[in-house]
Amino acid sequence: MTAAVAFFYLFSMIMLASAFMVIAARNPVHSVLFLILAFVNAAGLFMLAGAEFLGMILIVVYVGAVAVLFLFVVMMLDVDFAEMKRGFLQVLPIGAIIGGIVAIELILVVGSWTVAPAGSAPVGSPITPGVTNTVALGRVLYTQYIYLFQAAGLVLLTAMVGAIVLTLRHKVVKRQVIAEQNARTQASVVEIKKVPFRAGV
Amino acid sequence: MLSEHPWLWPVLWGIVKSLVLLVCVLVSTAVLIYGERKIWAAVMLRRGPNVVGPWGVLQPFADFLKFILKEPILPDSANKVVFLLAPYIGVVLAFMAWAVIPVNEGWVVANINVGILYLFAVSSLGVYSIIMAGWASNSKYPFLSALRAAAQMVSYEVSIGFVIVTVLLCAGSLNLTQIVEAQNTRFGFLGWYGVRLFPMFVIFFISALAETNRPPFDLAEAESELVAGYAVEYSASLYLLQFLTELVAILTMSAMMAVLFLGGWLSPFPWIPVIGASSVFWFLLKAWGVVFMFSMTKLIVPRYRYDQLMRLGWKVLLPISLVAVVVVAFVLKLAGH
Repeated sequence: MTAAVAFFYLFSMIMLASAFMVIAARNPVHSVLFLILAFVNAAGLFMLAGAEFLGMILIVVYVGAVAVLFLFVVMMLDVDFAEMKRGFLQVLPIGAIIGGIVAIELILVVGSWTVAPAGSAPVGSPITPGVTNTVALGRVLYTQYIYLFQAAGLVLLTAMVGAIVLTLRHKVVKRQVIAEQNARTQASVVEIKKVPFRAGV
Repeated sequence: MLSEHPWLWPVLWGIVKSLVLLVCVLVSTAVLIYGERKIWAAVMLRRGPNVVGPWGVLQPFADFLKFILKEPILPDSANKVVFLLAPYIGVVLAFMAWAVIPVNEGWVVANINVGILYLFAVSSLGVYSIIMAGWASNSKYPFLSALRAAAQMVSYEVSIGFVIVTVLLCAGSLNLTQIVEAQNTRFGFLGWYGVRLFPMFVIFFISALAETNRPPFDLAEAESELVAGYAVEYSASLYLLQFLTELVAILTMSAMMAVLFLGGWLSPFPWIPVIGASSVFWFLLKAWGVVFMFSMTKLIVPRYRYDQLMRLGWKVLLPISLVAVVVVAFVLKLAGH
């Protein structure tokens, strides 16, 4: 038990510190690396809470795929933070308003202010002993919430199609047609000529 | 002190198990270096390493000493912290994967429920070591190589993921030990997923080559274009770590294939008295057999062009594995699993 508590504080401390460093780091690439560290520690917290499947999926999806693309973009863009901070004061009021709203929301949550008292009662499925995390999650996700699950998939599909539409340009580019390349034989490509002496081709 | 704190026993036992495994993996990398060079030499009708020690078997250790004793050079314009961190992250992740690999019944450091997801997660993190090394070197070739490696590994991870899903559907568990047990039928090797899901085995092998940046997909370190890719600026012990990462990744992938597709420690002929017993030797034989296939592929297949690599990943392997998941799920449903 003591080990679990020790690891909880370890993961939490590293996560909070790296989350702070995401916004404090001067180099944007360092920011993304700290973001990844925060993700990994969040996965550790999931594991401690017994949600081993969620922890692993967090690493596979967010750290293994999403953050790689983040890092990619940030490395390619070469963002100059000093330049970006110049207009900082102009957008400060808007940022302050949004920050204030979020702060109020957080205070309301902490004060446990509920609109619908019935909604606050836990409605999750009972945990069956002897069933692993993954199996339990799969059973709920693919039976009870199958339509919501499919709808979430459709939302992601829409986003993907949108991203492709936004970036698709029908430029004239030379494309490699693999089938054509594979179909080439020596007879169709190489022509052997007999070169007459002192006459050339 | 141990009698006062009985909870220390499992901790100590875990440390001992991890150390033994670590030493075994390190010795295996030395064998891998020597073995691969001998195999390549034999195919190319050369002698291979034959100077240090009898038949040159001490060559890997001589290389190791050379790497340790040379001076590590830090490039002036490199991003120092990330540059130094990258190889360490790589080597730690490479060894971390071995924590969940069962080499025999009960011979595993951590027998966790989501073992296969853990392996998948750790191998997908391996790309960071390469990206960080490429970016922090602050030089053209390493950076191009990092971009190539990252795109390649992310692409092939998708098909690896789907192949793993087909195995999981058949085995009905994410625990590696249970996946091996699920292949324990009275038909011996005919019950292995490598036979039952043969096309998936082939796709996994190809994807594993791409995932470990091995020939014919070694575009991240293509000598003819990028000198040595992300490792250009690394020297001495830092390069040793990168080299180690690559070799351990190959061993991990081979062990993963032995567990997922070749029945781990199970004997191929359980009906024969002596060799029918399941033991760690079968696991080693299978894993090293896959390693042998990795080495031979390097000699047989020429290097792919980058667009061919991407096409193979996204337009060939991904659709096939995606359809396979649906087909396997339907077959299992009809068979009443």
